[in-house]
Amino acid sequence: MGSPANGQSTLSGWGRVPVAGREQLSENLEAATRGAVLCRGLGRSYGDSSLPANADDKVVATRLANRILAFDPESGILRAEAGLCLADLNRLFIPRGYFTPVTPGTKFVTVGGMVASDVHGKNHHQEGCFGAHVQSLRMRLASDDIVTCSETENPDLFYATIGGMGLLGHILEVEFKMHRISSPWIWMESERVGDIDEFITALSNAAPRWPMTVGWIDCLIRGASLGRGILMAGRWATPEEAKAKPPPLTRKKTLPFEFPNWAINPLTVQAFNVAYYWQHMNHRNAGLVGTDPFFYPLDAVLHWNRVYGPRGFTQYQCVLPRAAGPQAVREFMELLTKLGGASPLCVIKDCGPEGKGLLSFPLEGTSIAIDMAISAETQRIVDRLNEFVIAAGGRIYLTKDGFTRPEHFAAMEPRLPQFLAAREKWDPKRRLRSAQSHRLFGDRA
Amino acid sequence: MKAIVLGGTSGMGRAIAQRLAERGDGVFLLGIGDTELERSAADLKSRHPSRVDVGYAVCDLEKPETFAGALDAADTALSGFDAVIVTAGLFGTQEALEADIEFTRRLVTVNYANTVVFCEHARKRLLERGGGHLTVFSSVAGDRGRKPVAIYGSAKAGLSVYLEALDHKFHAAGLSVLCVKPGFVRTAMTAGLKPPPFAGEPDQVAGDVLRAMDARKPMIYTPGIWALVMLVIRWLPRFVMRKIGF
Repeated sequence: MGSPANGQSTLSGWGRVPVAGREQLSENLEAATRGAVLCRGLGRSYGDSSLPANADDKVVATRLANRILAFDPESGILRAEAGLCLADLNRLFIPRGYFTPVTPGTKFVTVGGMVASDVHGKNHHQEGCFGAHVQSLRMRLASDDIVTCSETENPDLFYATIGGMGLLGHILEVEFKMHRISSPWIWMESERVGDIDEFITALSNAAPRWPMTVGWIDCLIRGASLGRGILMAGRWATPEEAKAKPPPLTRKKTLPFEFPNWAINPLTVQAFNVAYYWQHMNHRNAGLVGTDPFFYPLDAVLHWNRVYGPRGFTQYQCVLPRAAGPQAVREFMELLTKLGGASPLCVIKDCGPEGKGLLSFPLEGTSIAIDMAISAETQRIVDRLNEFVIAAGGRIYLTKDGFTRPEHFAAMEPRLPQFLAAREKWDPKRRLRSAQSHRLFGDRA
Repeated sequence: MKAIVLGGTSGMGRAIAQRLAERGDGVFLLGIGDTELERSAADLKSRHPSRVDVGYAVCDLEKPETFAGALDAADTALSGFDAVIVTAGLFGTQEALEADIEFTRRLVTVNYANTVVFCEHARKRLLERGGGHLTVFSSVAGDRGRKPVAIYGSAKAGLSVYLEALDHKFHAAGLSVLCVKPGFVRTAMTAGLKPPPFAGEPDQVAGDVLRAMDARKPMIYTPGIWALVMLVIRWLPRFVMRKIGF
């Protein structure tokens, strides 16, 4: 048994920048959320969205509230407690021929978190965000009342909650529609792409033909090859194409220790990027892959976030609207390399139309995500990138963010007044808050 | 396996019931709170495509008069059970127990006396049909008299000794008794405590417990690291235990 609470414990997001605070685990969200300020799932948001504004805030950890309350095999409609982990959902339902309508790049997230972040995935250009598939939510409000919301019932609450970072109320239960899949295998094709313009063309050519697309970019290469990388496209394999056996369950490796800060530096990142690009020897590859390596390549190494060392890291993800044209993406990549945001992970994706979630991230255009080790320069880099994104008419993803300034966020988010109005109605005292809402919306600490 | 899980709505009991349901074993839930039982039964039903229904009945370790009826209900619903798993129990910090003598009485009664009574009911029913599994959650706290768990640990110590004796006495008759000694596991029960560096998750414990049941082991520490920790603790001389806070 451990020692009693001594008030010195900390919480951190996936970026491993700790703040003082404590989470209260509970299987019974209905009881635990009474008087709570914030809920958090598995802490996979990178920045400060699942962290308390004040060390004494009551933070409820939802991951033990993981029951599936109903499933209708006919319609695919599933209702679950907010703490249900996507990894469990996959394990249980892929063999039965169902898959979550939308998955983010990690399966270690809860369904409640998937709503709060309104996660998107490789199929965004065809299926939109997770919120588009949510039928209804059961929530505890700041007033401590419990309500249900959907497209027809309390719709303003419903749409402010989808992508609303948990600020409108605590999500207790989520009802959403699972997709039927034709097999547990993915047919994937990947090809090397020479530069950023080619990449944007390749993504938009692939979009109508492939339900799932994504690209990896070498963001350190400058000049003519700027933005070279690998485009991956996939679809569910037909029963005829699929192998007789389901994909093997690979044993997860764990990164057992923290790397020193210098492990990720421009040289090692450059070496990784060159190796990653050229290991794709053929110009084009095609074949069957399992869902895990296709959707969750990084989940294969648990605690991979330790490679960034004790300083922690952040991710910058923005979307640049289609109207800004491919030259905006090129200029963004040029600015990024100039600012020196060295990253082994740079992901590009074309997004479909904006969803109905009031603060939902994607809009029609090109999304770019880059990991960045935290340094004295990070704030300056994020500021510069944000200024560029504002000028281009784009926006950033709150789930990844830990550095954006409030005035920048307001400038890139025309829907913000509408969101704040919904908050004013459902939580006029702004009782529900996070370190992120303290930073961006001026909520009290 | 056809298993009864007392305490299967929360914590490690929930994780065990979920794993049993997923691998296609029969499960019957015992616990307190109709809503919790109903929601957990719905969950277990959803976890296996062929499952028709999962039964449950109210059984409160504070009320020994509920034991026989609940076990009979489970027996009927499962048409004969061959495993009984007990994860239910009370927890209180040493400070809370010292401050409230009535809480101390309740905790010691539930965690020792009433758990033994429940196990006796279950044990007899299992032996009547040639044995099976009796799996009961004790604790690492029962291995040594320690300052932070003086009262809680003493009840668990009694329970551990009872389970060891059951194993000696009835092993030959086909009853596999498993005494589970969890170390620190992150559940609602330990929510107010600061977790040590090697704290476990309920699902990890569930996996360990089912493997130990399948292998018919008499006792396990879980997570496994606690076997090592407790080996050291058990051999520490008294004068050292008196000095340290552990």
